[in-house]
Amino acid sequence: MADLRIDLAGIKSPNPFWLASAPPTNSGYQVQRAFEAGWGGAVWKTLGEPILNVSSRFAAVSFNGQRVAGFNNIELITDRPLEVNLQEILETKKRFPNHAIIASLMVEPKQEKWHEIVKKVEAVGVDGLELNFGCPHGMAERGMGSASGQVPELVERQTHWVKEVARTPVIVKLTPNITDITMTAEAAVRGGADAISMINTINSLAGVDLDSWNTVPHVGGKGAHGGYCGPAVKPIALNMVAECARNRFVNVPISGIGGISNWQDAAEFMLMGATGVQVCTAAMHHGFSIVEDMIDGLNNYLDDKGIASVMDLVGQSVQRYSNWGDLDLNYNIVAEINNDVCINCNKCHIACEDTSHQCIDMYTESGRPMLKVREVDCVGCNLCAIVCPVDGAISMVERRSTIPPMTWNERQSLISNFSR
Amino acid sequence: MSSQLERNFVEMTARMTKNEAMDEANRCLYCYDAPCITACPTSIQVPNFIKKIASNNMKGSAMTIMEANPIGASCARVCPTEVLCEGACVLNASTKPIKIGQLQRYATDWAIDSGVQLFKQGEANGQKVAIVGSGPAGLSAARELSRLGYSVTIFEAEAKAGGLNAYGIVSFRLPNDVVEWEVDQVVKLGVEIKTNTRVGVDISADEILAQYDSVILAVGMGAVPNLGIIGEELDGVHDAIKFVKDTKMGVLTEELIGKRVAVIGAGNTAIDGATCAVRLGASEVDILYRRTEKEMTAYQYEYEFAKQDGVGFKWLTAPKQIIGNEFGKVIGLECVKMRLGEAGADGRQRPEVIEGSEFVLEVDAVIKAIGQTRFVSLVEAFGLQHTDGVVDIDETTMQTSNDKVFACGDVVFGNGQGEAMVVTAAQQGKDAAYMIHERLRKPSEIA
Repeated sequence: MADLRIDLAGIKSPNPFWLASAPPTNSGYQVQRAFEAGWGGAVWKTLGEPILNVSSRFAAVSFNGQRVAGFNNIELITDRPLEVNLQEILETKKRFPNHAIIASLMVEPKQEKWHEIVKKVEAVGVDGLELNFGCPHGMAERGMGSASGQVPELVERQTHWVKEVARTPVIVKLTPNITDITMTAEAAVRGGADAISMINTINSLAGVDLDSWNTVPHVGGKGAHGGYCGPAVKPIALNMVAECARNRFVNVPISGIGGISNWQDAAEFMLMGATGVQVCTAAMHHGFSIVEDMIDGLNNYLDDKGIASVMDLVGQSVQRYSNWGDLDLNYNIVAEINNDVCINCNKCHIACEDTSHQCIDMYTESGRPMLKVREVDCVGCNLCAIVCPVDGAISMVERRSTIPPMTWNERQSLISNFSR
Repeated sequence: MSSQLERNFVEMTARMTKNEAMDEANRCLYCYDAPCITACPTSIQVPNFIKKIASNNMKGSAMTIMEANPIGASCARVCPTEVLCEGACVLNASTKPIKIGQLQRYATDWAIDSGVQLFKQGEANGQKVAIVGSGPAGLSAARELSRLGYSVTIFEAEAKAGGLNAYGIVSFRLPNDVVEWEVDQVVKLGVEIKTNTRVGVDISADEILAQYDSVILAVGMGAVPNLGIIGEELDGVHDAIKFVKDTKMGVLTEELIGKRVAVIGAGNTAIDGATCAVRLGASEVDILYRRTEKEMTAYQYEYEFAKQDGVGFKWLTAPKQIIGNEFGKVIGLECVKMRLGEAGADGRQRPEVIEGSEFVLEVDAVIKAIGQTRFVSLVEAFGLQHTDGVVDIDETTMQTSNDKVFACGDVVFGNGQGEAMVVTAAQQGKDAAYMIHERLRKPSEIA
């Protein structure tokens, strides 16, 4: 039984699975149900001046019949009075003293507003604060959320204001709707952030109804961009976490968010530098009970690997993430097809033939259809293995190069030495 | 009671729900050079029609099916898919095959429900083709010829068009409305179907030959031959073809309720006769076959289906005489046990009578299903060469001994020539149409 407890910038929780600030953490009732189900922490749905919400708020993208491959929302921060939320936080914390409750906050970019709300939420016993500089819709039009989060100076200044009064750890939640997230991550660190969390949702329009030509979702025939999340955004989020983790100026813990649906996703984020993860879409799709397998699966994985504490996973893969110029140009892999496992759907052949390097031949051997890779033409692109529907039919195998490793950067520096 | 009987003949397999169809369609791998296409006698672009279901392009899906197979809605229900498309599905090797037949039904049902006309009549080319028989082969030929611009007339002896599909396939597999829709699709292309018109009675073969530029003979097969034993004329002896036909025409007799029935023969028609008898309320139905389970010609799934229906099988059993009472009604069937002897000329072991093994089955009805007779006189009226009633054709050109007359479907099946499946008849009908077009189109049209 591995130790799943985490300590993220001083915020302790019994496991790395937190509910992200979102509809699932709207009320004490919900957060308490989540803790009963096993969630280690919850970032309370963003507190601030109560707002008005619209009706018709969510939409999802299906892919080949798979529902909720991506999820889109135009719901804003909490629409309940601050006092009600504070009272429920107090009660929840009293019932679950060992679980992490983090208050997500969003107020106008004014020093006194930040001071006021930080003091109020810390008074009811939250374990930490998360500054919502990421929400891309609605609030951004009022200068809050991602409107703040897209401007490094605003991130730094507001983080600083919070840190002036905060007694609990401060996490800055970053928006992905920016060219280089490390710019705002660095700004948060300069402002004194104890940790950063990412990603918030990505600007999105879920779809257009082909019969009515309305946007999806629409509010009385009109739509506005929402925030995109769910499994489809995981690779984007994972890269942003990894880029921050390997940036030497972003030297604070990271809370990973974005499409995390199971323990495997969580472990990947942690290997790439996240100290813990936050989940929303998966819970909205399946309910709080999914955390049971997240905990169980992660525990079994750690036991299998002989790792005593989940904290030992954190950042293990970060040093393997680099720049393209540091990749070995002489590393060589090729596809190998196992015709005994192959079911002859020929998807590898047509993928390679039409869209890659034309190196998978179809032929017949004593009446049996076969496929073979012409290794000399194979560039090791992986496409065939990606489209193959059967495990073990195509392997990408290393062909040792006779030439020593050399990266692009090394090559360029050698060339410049010669031309000198 | 009759409403119970009616319920017994309602299509057994439920249509896929939209969710089921979507799940299944999305499971299709969309293979390249897919073996399901090769396995289909009409070469339906299976992965394409399935992808179109998944993308909610239902008209496109139905078009893809019906383009390749003019009786694609029937075939979705009656094809032995486990030996055709589904048997060839690559997923047999990894998980389980795609339910291609069910998806094909889902798409064609959409077309039936929507009422769309899928195809257009070609621009008239002034040439006339007569088709004798409106079964799978004749309808398919008519559909293609009409699209190519021919003026097509079908002569159909029965009151309804559709041939085997209309009269010979049990309703609980293939309901009438499906066949009617397929016929209607062809009629809407301008094809004239003269029903209740028996060639040789209502119009002569010579008249047809004289009035049309080309002729397709697609008359299928006829009634079950006589067993050649005593008692065949008794009340309670049925021809399986006629027996099934009556159920298709909505005549659900209550005479068999609680009765014992013996079916003679073990082909697909015998299974049809037996399962219809069960559905008509018979308390005990046995199939008698003079050979064994191994030699029976029924499809495996038909055999399984009959067993599930509670039909009994008496192997190595041949009928010797049908016994009647004083009112001329069947009361029993005297049988004799057989054994398999030396192989005959066809390579099959010949069944031999075991002397003295006679026994009597107490039955109230006997259904004969030992094959079908040929329309020999009709074939001869057209002056066509044949072998035991099977019209001789050049299998490449579908041409008979009269190069103006083409033949397809069951009328050419037998003696090692052709294939008995409905789907094969459809393909042969298409082929015959294309061959006629080859022969009749003006030289200017040949690129």
